[in-house]
Amino acid sequence: MADLAWRRAPRSRLAAAAPRSPRWRLIPSAVVLGVLAAAVLVVPLVVDLDQQYVDLAAANRPPSARHPFGTDELGRDVMLRCVYALRVSMTVGLVAALISSVLGTALGALAGAVGGWVDRLLMRLVDAVASVPHLLLGIVIVAVLRPSLTAVVISIGLTHWLSSARIVRSEVLSLRGRPFIDAAIVGGSSRTRVLVRHLLPNVAPQVLLATTLAVPHAVWHETALSFLGLGLPPHAASIGNMINDAQRSLLTGGWWMSLAPGLVLIAATLAVSGVGGVWRDRLNPKRRTELTW
Amino acid sequence: MDAQVVSDRGVGKLVLRRLGFAVPVLLLVSFALFVLAKASPFDPVERYFGVRIIGASPERVAQIRANWGVDQPVVEQYLAWLRHAVAFDFGDSLSFQQPVSQVIGDRLGWSVLLVAIGFTLALLLGLLLGTAAAWLQGSWLDRLITATSYTLEAAPVFWLGLAALYVFALHLRWLPGGGLTDADAPVSFGQVATHLVLPVSVLAISQAPWFVLFVRQNLLESFTQDHVVGARSRGLPDHLVVSGHALRTSLLPFLTLLGARLPELITGALLVETVFSWPGIARATVDAALNVDFALLGALTVLATAVVLLGNLLADVLYALADPRVVLDG
Repeated sequence: MADLAWRRAPRSRLAAAAPRSPRWRLIPSAVVLGVLAAAVLVVPLVVDLDQQYVDLAAANRPPSARHPFGTDELGRDVMLRCVYALRVSMTVGLVAALISSVLGTALGALAGAVGGWVDRLLMRLVDAVASVPHLLLGIVIVAVLRPSLTAVVISIGLTHWLSSARIVRSEVLSLRGRPFIDAAIVGGSSRTRVLVRHLLPNVAPQVLLATTLAVPHAVWHETALSFLGLGLPPHAASIGNMINDAQRSLLTGGWWMSLAPGLVLIAATLAVSGVGGVWRDRLNPKRRTELTW
Repeated sequence: MDAQVVSDRGVGKLVLRRLGFAVPVLLLVSFALFVLAKASPFDPVERYFGVRIIGASPERVAQIRANWGVDQPVVEQYLAWLRHAVAFDFGDSLSFQQPVSQVIGDRLGWSVLLVAIGFTLALLLGLLLGTAAAWLQGSWLDRLITATSYTLEAAPVFWLGLAALYVFALHLRWLPGGGLTDADAPVSFGQVATHLVLPVSVLAISQAPWFVLFVRQNLLESFTQDHVVGARSRGLPDHLVVSGHALRTSLLPFLTLLGARLPELITGALLVETVFSWPGIARATVDAALNVDFALLGALTVLATAVVLLGNLLADVLYALADPRVVLDG
């Protein structure tokens, strides 16, 4: 083992943690994200194809030139359905991530700005919610509201606000002691004005980042709920529903019906968290971690 | 006062403090679930009657309501539930027509078996591959391990399960594809073991990437720490520096993370069990949710929360035993 990393640059202790260039993550991620976004946004507008088009004569076909991802048990084109499914899943993910960020920001800002027992109470609440497994809590919420699009979005929104609440609180706490806040208070700003005009705008980049990184989680959550049959209604093509439907075909050898949606989901998740990861490293280089790439 | 006494007393305090947090959380979670269940438009009495409620006399409906106690205020109902819950009586499951404790008791063992083996495997995989990746930092093996980890981390666990099911059970026919035993076969060690291979592997493989990346990252960071540099400069061989110095310090935070990882583990197990029709609590959870069986669903959620809190407590105690400074500081 002569080529341990530290051996290569013995003079610099920093060498062992030298980061690779962000380009390696940014460019492929951005390209994949661009292709997927184009597919999701443009294809339904331009291409005159019906994803629900049933062609029983062409059912259960493996991937071919005509149907690159094959067809499902009703003869619907899997690739086209993937595009629509990603559209649904991404919309759910974006909306749910936005809701959870707004909720988290509000509670985190309240805790950080007011402090005292409000802060303690809210942080205990965060800890308490964090102790319940997300998916289980989501299932309970869906069970109460009955499975539907709204129920799924609410269930994700109510379970994913913890990280943004924690981030906003700690940011607000660290900003609170800065001179410009003191200056604002001395200048006669009210508590609300300090919060809205001075604290929140400075937290905004972190919140946006947290929202971006929450999108893959939200999509994952929706997929899992749909897979369990507790998510979107069966006729709506979402990634989870497609994989759920494809389970039956898998037993008769139709592997392509579940392969494609899974790969599309992996590509989308990696692309979003790749871009988010580069952004995060720029924003807080000290908190660099490679756990999300 | 010697260090051992301090640390024992500190650990006791830590446990007390943690329990002081866990009990209110459990109460809060169970109460919130209770309120949620009551707030849902679903009425258990209407469900009990079904269509017959149209012809049923109001007295009879009221009688049932009174018998079940659902005409009481929510807080009183909750307190009644709590009194029974303390004795592990969680009421009757509507969807299984059995006491909830029996439904859970029948299934919990199989879930624990799956989760325990899967978690251990994931840990071992994480330690081995993470150390290997950090040891060979920048090599093709490191890149392979890291890239695979990121990809697996992004893949939904049930999709991995379906892929494994297709390849190993349907295509190669090496392993059974689901259930606890073959149809009609009695429960025996061999049967369960062969049926356990696929679910356990999928669970382990879906959980391992996170540990791999964490171990790798922490090891790389510890390579620059003074005590590691010092050990190297004293001329210790690299493998001793890694195993005796770098790994030791970088594994400390690992202990707390084991606790923090429990919710993900339970979630993963839920999905894996569903894919492989494992007779654990996952099926019961999904059935309970589909059938609005709040007695069962609530009990399962409270149980899972209790497990998570207990895991965190255990992780904290282990951490405090491994690193007494934690208790003294905290």
